[in-house]
Amino acid sequence: MTKFTFTEKKDTRSGFGVGLHELGKKNPNVVGLCADLTGSLKMDAFKKDFPERFFQVGIAEANMMGIAAGMTIGGKIPFTGTFANFSTGRVYDQIRQSIAYSDKNVKICASHAGLTLGEDGATHQILEDIGMMRMLPGMTVIVPCDYNQTRLATIALGEHVGPAYLRFGRPSWPIFTAPDRPFTIGKADKMIEGKDVTIFACGHLVWNAIEAEAKLTERGISAEVINIHTIKPLDVEAILASVQKTGCAVTCEEHQINGGLGDCVAQVLARFNPAPVEMVAVNDSFGESGTPTQLLKKYGLGPENIIEAVDKVLKRKKKG
Amino acid sequence: MSQQPDFDRLKKLASQIRRDIVRMVHACQSGHPGGSLGCTEYFVALYFHIMKHDPKFNMDGKGEDLCFLSNGHISPVWYATLARAGYFDPKELSTFRFINSRLQGHPATHEHLPGIRVASGSLGQGLSVSIGAAQTKKLNNDDRFVYVLMGDGEQQEGQVWEAAMYAPHHKIDNLIATIDVNGQQIDGPTEKIMSLLDLKAKWEAFGWIVQAFDGNKIEEVVKGLENAQKLAKKGKPVMNLMKTEMGYGVDYMMGSHKWHGVAPNDEELKKALAQLPETLGDY
Repeated sequence: MTKFTFTEKKDTRSGFGVGLHELGKKNPNVVGLCADLTGSLKMDAFKKDFPERFFQVGIAEANMMGIAAGMTIGGKIPFTGTFANFSTGRVYDQIRQSIAYSDKNVKICASHAGLTLGEDGATHQILEDIGMMRMLPGMTVIVPCDYNQTRLATIALGEHVGPAYLRFGRPSWPIFTAPDRPFTIGKADKMIEGKDVTIFACGHLVWNAIEAEAKLTERGISAEVINIHTIKPLDVEAILASVQKTGCAVTCEEHQINGGLGDCVAQVLARFNPAPVEMVAVNDSFGESGTPTQLLKKYGLGPENIIEAVDKVLKRKKKG
Repeated sequence: MSQQPDFDRLKKLASQIRRDIVRMVHACQSGHPGGSLGCTEYFVALYFHIMKHDPKFNMDGKGEDLCFLSNGHISPVWYATLARAGYFDPKELSTFRFINSRLQGHPATHEHLPGIRVASGSLGQGLSVSIGAAQTKKLNNDDRFVYVLMGDGEQQEGQVWEAAMYAPHHKIDNLIATIDVNGQQIDGPTEKIMSLLDLKAKWEAFGWIVQAFDGNKIEEVVKGLENAQKLAKKGKPVMNLMKTEMGYGVDYMMGSHKWHGVAPNDEELKKALAQLPETLGDY
């Protein structure tokens, strides 16, 4: 299998911006809506080249979700852009009634998710959004791992029919997947093959999992790393197949321990193949101001925390 | 539509739809008769004279006028109107609010009831959705109108004012919005619960063309909506302040918030039906 390294870092939100622009060229029905964060969402290129299909909504996210729902009537494919906090918690009822329950083909694109938003602090660092979105019936939830995958996920959403939530972030982050790496909504991406433990990760933490795996290999531990870029619909088969082989799992996400990827994996295993699980996630607390690196360390989301979790889960597996 | 309205026919429709409404809420002993009865003329005018629409329902509604109901709790009047306009068999009205029905308590698309394009019930969302639909009509070079009805109590929701700001800014002038001004909400008169004050001044200040008409006189409703079409397509959205009486047509339900969300009992049903001639045959 490929050894994952990187030569360049870029923010995942830029992957969204490039993907949306490509979609704009390809499909005249794609429209963009933004709530006063065009630059932050990297929607400028789309706005510049397709001004008649770009709608500035101002600081009014609830209205943006409603307008997006309405725009689907007549065949448009709206991509809404704002921060993850304002894309979910602030407008949950609008998404629930006008988009999800009404089965509207709206793509909710959310930047600045999680702790790595950094200095703005906890008001903006949403860590509950995956949970909220995955609880909505019919909602597709995607959390890509780097710039290239965010671009591919955005393009894939142009073809996908139905409500979807796309979560990405602000910090400059290693680009470790190839621009042409296959990406299919709902299909987990096995990054590294292993036999002792499965590390399931999403978003920025896929890179941390890859770093952790390299250190584990040096210690003679063979870890399988699976990128669960689609939280919903979850690739249950891939999760079960891997854990049947390895016998234990660690989940990694830039999200609360409640409601996110960890819960998804634990639910699948509890129902179909009980096995020890450890979770690397924010432990039921809000974030704070700081640099992304400082925050990931303080809140226990670094490669060293993943290694710790692997050691713990391996002990539990041995006890059996 | 340009032809002269047949007011006699519209009045017969209104009477039958009012019968349908009270029978529906009586059967399931729940639902909202007050606002439904008050807005009957509005729906009759829209579906039987004003709108170009096709009962062979298509979600995209290209080339058609679209109707949205933001205050979804008055679903009985919309369902009865859709049934009488041929969207589905009026017999289905008997399933309203019962399990396995397409006629949910509040309008929904989930069960694929023809005529409904978005769910509503949680208030304040319909204006935004209708703006989106109107925006898409513009992108599609579709010259038909989008109509949306809101409640007056609903004006207390913040999202309404986000939408109020957006529509004139983006010149959504193919949108004809209406507020059912009946002065009542669940807990009492709107002015006691949370004053709306001068709605005309408010909407005008937000950049809308505002007109008012009596919502319980079919002639006035038709005239008002036809005039709205003339006011529209001039760069600004249009807002109708439609004065209605909650419970209109059933004497003991009129003029009070008490019948906002209460169903009549057997005796009360009889009394109501005695005041509403059966004109097209009960379902």
